[in-house]
Amino acid sequence: MSQPIIEIKQVSRIYVDEDRSSDDSSSVLALKDINLEVEEGEFLSIIGPSGCGKTTLLRLIGGLDKPQAGELTMAGEKITGPDPKRGYVFQQGSLFPWLTVEKNIAAGLKARGVFRQSRDRVPEFIRLVGLDGFESAYPHQISGGMAQRVAIARALINDPQILLLDEPMGALDSFTRADIQDKLLEIHRKDHKTMILVTHDVDEAIYLSDRIVIMTPRPGKIHEIVSVNLPADRDRTSSDFLEMRKEIMRRFSKANAEADKVDMAAYI
Amino acid sequence: MKREIPVRNVARAALITVLGFLIAILGNLLIPQVAELTVETYKWGPFLFNLNSFYRLVLGLIIVFYLIAGARALKRPELRPEYVKQKWFRFAMGLVLLVYDLAGTKLRITPQPFFPGPAEVLKTFLDDGPYLMQNTLFSLRLFGVGFGIGILLGLTTGVLIGWFPKVYYWVYPIVRITGVIPAVAWMPFALTLFPNAFSSAVFLMAICSWFPIASQTAFGIQTTEKSQFEAARTLGAKNSFLVFHVAIPHAMPQIFNGIQSACGNSFTFLVIAEMMGQPGGLGYYINISKIWAIYGQVFAAILVMALLFSVIIAVLNQIKAYVLRWQKGRFV
Ligand SMILES: Nc1ncnc2c1ncn2[C@@H]1O[C@H](COP(=O)(O)OP(=O)(O)OP(=O)(O)O)[C@@H](O)[C@H]1O
Ligand SMILES: [Mg+2]
Repeated sequence: MSQPIIEIKQVSRIYVDEDRSSDDSSSVLALKDINLEVEEGEFLSIIGPSGCGKTTLLRLIGGLDKPQAGELTMAGEKITGPDPKRGYVFQQGSLFPWLTVEKNIAAGLKARGVFRQSRDRVPEFIRLVGLDGFESAYPHQISGGMAQRVAIARALINDPQILLLDEPMGALDSFTRADIQDKLLEIHRKDHKTMILVTHDVDEAIYLSDRIVIMTPRPGKIHEIVSVNLPADRDRTSSDFLEMRKEIMRRFSKANAEADKVDMAAYI
Repeated sequence: MKREIPVRNVARAALITVLGFLIAILGNLLIPQVAELTVETYKWGPFLFNLNSFYRLVLGLIIVFYLIAGARALKRPELRPEYVKQKWFRFAMGLVLLVYDLAGTKLRITPQPFFPGPAEVLKTFLDDGPYLMQNTLFSLRLFGVGFGIGILLGLTTGVLIGWFPKVYYWVYPIVRITGVIPAVAWMPFALTLFPNAFSSAVFLMAICSWFPIASQTAFGIQTTEKSQFEAARTLGAKNSFLVFHVAIPHAMPQIFNGIQSACGNSFTFLVIAEMMGQPGGLGYYINISKIWAIYGQVFAAILVMALLFSVIIAVLNQIKAYVLRWQKGRFV
């Protein structure tokens, strides 16, 4: 196998409350000894209960945050800061409210200073996420699902090698969610773009991913990585799918039970 | 949504409005001149005017103005509520003008020469129009330069204070302290430090605009959500993009708040400065008219001032509405 596109080695991230830094109990060990390799062209999902450090991990990969220990690399190069090579879709509401849909999507090109030569890409990406006719609407005038599609298009217009998605569908109803999931799959298949998706929806993870990372909280750790050996076109109601779902849920609750035990032990 | 106001009501409002001013016109036309008054005739191009016919012409123009406003309200239903609501106020304006004309000009029972009638106020435009115009332009220029420099300085310092913590630390206290000093306190200083009256007035307007604009701009920039900077950085944005395409657009609502309060301050200082020693301007015109005891001219200048400042405020509101059009319908 070739070199993984993302390598994470022994990464830890501690949040220290700066107001009470002397007090030990006020710091949070958000991630502890994380090791992970992501293959090029892979669709990887990260699942885990709220507060287990999923966002923290994704922010580190995105270069928005720095680890206290360990190292993250992309294609062998150390990640030191945000880079348009790694597109990022935030948990919610990161669109610029003063820009129209069209201009929000074009903002990616403008930020890199390449708007002039690549302005033709804008309508293409508006079409890609199915927002024709909404070019001149402002973010507060469109639905949450549309807003997340704008955020995806904005991240993709820079043609990143990896797309990092932090629960982009977390706040959406199941129909809109399924719609965006299919859009993501379509984009993933077309360009073989590597995608890392944070979610707490097991179905979503199985439907989309090649592998699923299960995390546990306090401290945030990778419990295990499950490969999804299902055909490319997945049917959410097929027996294989449901079997997989049962399996993941079982491992998930086991992981949580263990984490709780560890947690309790710390208090006794 | 509220129900649309029917055309009938708009027409009725227009009628009531016209009636009010028509009463004022008829009053001027039919009531004889009781008190002693010399009525001169002025030639304006091919037209001959005296103070009464000119006054009636202006009233006629007001009627035309409100009829046009009514026609606009017919075309755009969202303008109707305001137009209809104001009808009795406009009617009353006509009646007040009638009484004022009667008391001020026809009977001259108002304290003279301090309160001349409306026709005598408007007469200023006939016998001193060009000079009044010249002074109006002087005011406009002084205001434009002073307020313009204030905006530029305020925006620049505001952005620097809001963006660089070091600048905030060293400069913000100065802004705070100069901000609480009423700008009149600078007057003696301004008059001695600057080479001429014009530049000292510019200084006063610039300094009284500087504070609200700088502090509001800095506030708007500092309150930009971290997530929006992060979103921009993941798109490949450099610092200049973060300042000009994220922080400043985010601060625009506050920037306009600052500019609007600076605008009010500047009006005050414009007039004070002009009264204290400018070689021209509406404030100057009021002063000399008062010295010659021509109070009609004083009121005419005040009238022009009211119109001029209203227009400036309206233009500013239009610009604000355009720049902040993304906010429309965002807040209830
Ligand atoms: N900026 C911060 N300062 C201090 N603590 C933080 C900060 N960000 C996150 N944490 C803590 O780190 C832990 C992990 O947070 P993180 O946001 O990564 O969780 P998550 O898995 O994304 O949760 P969710 O599913 O709710 O989004 C939490 O205990 C949280 O309280
Ligand atoms: Mg999160």
